[in-house]
Amino acid sequence: MNERIKLLREKSLDAEPYMTHQRASLITDFYQSEEAKNCSIPVKRALAFKYIMTHKKICVMKGELIVGERGLFPKSTPTFPEISLHSLEDLEQLNNREKQYFIVDDETTKVYKEKIIPYWKGKTIRERMFNDLPEEWKSAYEAGVFTEFLEQRAPGHTVLGKHSFKKGFLDLKKEIALAKSKLDFAKDIKALDKKEELLAMDIAADAIIEFARRHAEKIESIIQKETEPERLSELKQMYQICLKVPANAPETFWEALQHYWFIHQGVITELNPWDSFNPGRLDQHLYPFYKKEIEDGSLTIDRAKELLMAFWIKFNNHPAPPKMGVTAKESSTYTDFSLINVGGVKEDGSDAVNELSYLILDVIEEMRLLQPSSMVQLSKKNPERFIKRAIKIVKTGFGQPSIFNTDAIVQELLFQGKSLEDARNGGASGCVETGAFGNESYILTGYFNLPKILELTLNNGYDPRTKKTIGLATGDPSTFETFEALMAAYEKQLKYFIDIKIKGNNLIEKLYAKNLPVPFLSLLVNDCIEKGTDYNAGGARYNTNYIQGVGLGSITDELTAIKYHIYDKKSLTYETLINAMANNFEGHEALLDQLQNKTPKYGNDDDYADDQTRRIFNIYFNAIDSRPNTKGGCYRINLLPTTSHMYFGSVLGAMPDGRLAKEPLSEGISPVQGADRNGPTSVLKSAAKIDHIKTGGTLLNQKFTPQFLADDKGIAQVAQLVRSYFKLDGHHIQFNVVTAKTLREAQAEPGKYKDLIVRVAGYSDYFVDLTVELQNEIITRTEHKNLN
Amino acid sequence: MLGVISNIQRFTVHDGPGIRLTVFMQGCPLSCWWCHNPECIKHHNADDNSEHLRYNVKELMKEIRKELIFMDESGGGVTFSGGEPMMQPIFLSEILDACKKEDIHTAVDTSGLVSTDTFDSLVDKADLFLYDLKVIDNALHQKYTGASNTLILKNLKTLNDQQKKVIIRMPLIPGMTDSKQNIDDVIKLLSQLSNIKNINLLPYHSIAEGKYTKFNIPYKMKDVKVLSEDKITEIKNLFTNAGLNASIGG
Repeated sequence: MNERIKLLREKSLDAEPYMTHQRASLITDFYQSEEAKNCSIPVKRALAFKYIMTHKKICVMKGELIVGERGLFPKSTPTFPEISLHSLEDLEQLNNREKQYFIVDDETTKVYKEKIIPYWKGKTIRERMFNDLPEEWKSAYEAGVFTEFLEQRAPGHTVLGKHSFKKGFLDLKKEIALAKSKLDFAKDIKALDKKEELLAMDIAADAIIEFARRHAEKIESIIQKETEPERLSELKQMYQICLKVPANAPETFWEALQHYWFIHQGVITELNPWDSFNPGRLDQHLYPFYKKEIEDGSLTIDRAKELLMAFWIKFNNHPAPPKMGVTAKESSTYTDFSLINVGGVKEDGSDAVNELSYLILDVIEEMRLLQPSSMVQLSKKNPERFIKRAIKIVKTGFGQPSIFNTDAIVQELLFQGKSLEDARNGGASGCVETGAFGNESYILTGYFNLPKILELTLNNGYDPRTKKTIGLATGDPSTFETFEALMAAYEKQLKYFIDIKIKGNNLIEKLYAKNLPVPFLSLLVNDCIEKGTDYNAGGARYNTNYIQGVGLGSITDELTAIKYHIYDKKSLTYETLINAMANNFEGHEALLDQLQNKTPKYGNDDDYADDQTRRIFNIYFNAIDSRPNTKGGCYRINLLPTTSHMYFGSVLGAMPDGRLAKEPLSEGISPVQGADRNGPTSVLKSAAKIDHIKTGGTLLNQKFTPQFLADDKGIAQVAQLVRSYFKLDGHHIQFNVVTAKTLREAQAEPGKYKDLIVRVAGYSDYFVDLTVELQNEIITRTEHKNLN
Repeated sequence: MLGVISNIQRFTVHDGPGIRLTVFMQGCPLSCWWCHNPECIKHHNADDNSEHLRYNVKELMKEIRKELIFMDESGGGVTFSGGEPMMQPIFLSEILDACKKEDIHTAVDTSGLVSTDTFDSLVDKADLFLYDLKVIDNALHQKYTGASNTLILKNLKTLNDQQKKVIIRMPLIPGMTDSKQNIDDVIKLLSQLSNIKNINLLPYHSIAEGKYTKFNIPYKMKDVKVLSEDKITEIKNLFTNAGLNASIGG
């Protein structure tokens, strides 16, 4: 990287996460203004957005090529009090907490105390949500049966499609006018609502154009003082670019990047949607610009690379907004999950890998940043050198890029009813979530604790931790004559809680649809404009809801232990087992050894255990898949944890597989940490026994020692492992290439390992930023190496 | 017929081409000082301890088939190692036939110390032989491995004459197999075997020491130091210069 990029990168790395009250103040001002009164909710939201975009401070830094900061400067992060209000105690905690802290200065605290809190208290979505949700929902939430994704962050979970690189917001305004002209106020009872929504979208389009214009204005003022001729010429170009995009469609590589970045700013300022926002298939979107300019000589490869690097740094400047409580536990990271897709197939099904795909991989390797996350889509049609190039980056040990199976993704989307073209234009976002980019709202609604359901079943509906009966009385397990009886009780219990979760989701979705429409985001996703309907109200072409299952490996091993010892070998009774679990296996060391070491386990390609994996998968799938949501779409399942496997473990007592109380659950679809003893091929085989095509994403972690990947032979073999897993329809695999020894050293001397990045679950993070529990969990995950 | 097996290892990548499954079979006629699998040396008998696994062909094939997807993707297969797999010739013959029937690539990692009749009966059954060659001087061979190498050299010639695919595996043991004399002897031998040109040099490492302690077997290699990178390259070059296709490791 050149000197400029080096400086910008260092600035980004050195910046400390800071909480700014700017957005909260501006939106409070607006909500209290005359303008905010007497208008519909969508229009009010659009005007609020416009107010922020017109008044927020514009940041253009020295040497920058891509401009736009959500806060005041890099890592200055706003809050969203209309969703969830930080209390003064929260601010203190944010400032003082050891992990994922944000600097909160006296001014911010003062503004919060005097202005933000007095205005928003009692008005936030979070408060309304918790007021309206039924007791049974709250009990399950407190017990840790599930989490709620939308309590502190807005629905989003979407990715930009290719059409957005071909249109400017002036074009979108024309589409809005057209949609408006087609409204039939006589026959369509929703026409008036649609008119308001379209008006809101139109205001939002103006807002982003104005935001870009203000950057041009700022750049113009810098031009006045600039003396260095090269920079001056650059600034003049940037000035022109900011006047052109996103109002008009981009025509150059540079314009395309800046175009996206303004859009990104809009989405993450309007609200704080999960997974921030994402340009999606970047090598595909940018390639037409790249090819044209490389061919006509107006762009060099070095310049393209420099621009991409400048673009990368912008992502890294934007940590996830400050999370509290359960949200902070389930997603304990600064990463905001913008996952760049590279590779895969084109709309016509052919190999999509191009020169730019490789250039982007170079950028990923050289930048070595936490954000954006990156992944390669690997289709059977992609060349071998593509996957090998990716693995060579993986080998450098910062967990990126992760590797996804394009052929599975396409099938998953087809299974969900998407068109073939929409499926091929899709990919994965967030951690591993499958989506039809540009066309779909696919909301993650919360994690679901699969082992907790077993604990409740074994306790006849009673939760030992919160000391409340929260589940169904499915019977005293000692009366279960057969393993089937236990499974039937488990299934009944699981369905009961899924119903509670979905009832809650229905309520929460309606709250967002009615009170927090997102006219700006709605401009970006097909077919919101055409339908005159907001993204949060079902405007997208496809509307999917997910409930993310957690602890597949753990629940498999727990059920397998019961089947093996109680029913098949008849060497154990429920009474003894439940008593031992209640005592956290203290005084039951022999039993603990049996359960931990002499019982079939998931991850060893052993059908005795893996049959339970299939059954749980099917029970979970059948309880959720195809159930309708409030937006005309339906529910699907996926299996990923972010960091919720830590939280869900912390609310769970000792379990039948010999897992002690409070210890983490298995993550994603990986085996229980250390339970896989036959090496990576067996793990892949076990993991492939569930039907990945029926999910919207699964997450599998594998760990290799750096020595294994030392030579080309090792790299080829890992590529073969990946290809084999993908032949079996595996959805995703990611690698941690670092020794347990290094991690232990980093734990002991964090100061020396500040830059050590590891793969967590669907994203990478600085090892020293992880909680000690999560650090230990990562160390325990099996380290595969060749033993011969 | 049951095979007595000390271990089945998946995802082996140094015992022949591609991703393989290696079956370590129990029992070995040699007792090399540097053996990495000393627990496999002891020959099994009827009232042997239960540490060893016993598989019939059908069961073992079931285990092998589990890895087919990886074998197919990588051009891998199954390797029978040990111990000395040819010490269980009937079982080995049956399992090799079963693999051939299912078009699964097989390799036999052998010391070559088996009777000519037995050896000849197995020669056509495997796709590849990983053939251990240690010391050419018979007296030294006797000293370090506990057996004469006459049969070993004879059986190797059979493989050559029948144009079988062979990779020579030579452990580089400081002071035992790495002498100039021994290297020259090996080169000379191979120059007479026109069909055998591939040799893997396996530098000594002390990873197995823990096994000796674990299985309570006397360890004779305590004072042996590992070879330097330079020395290893120097030896490799001797083979390369003699027109052999030499590589370090498997």
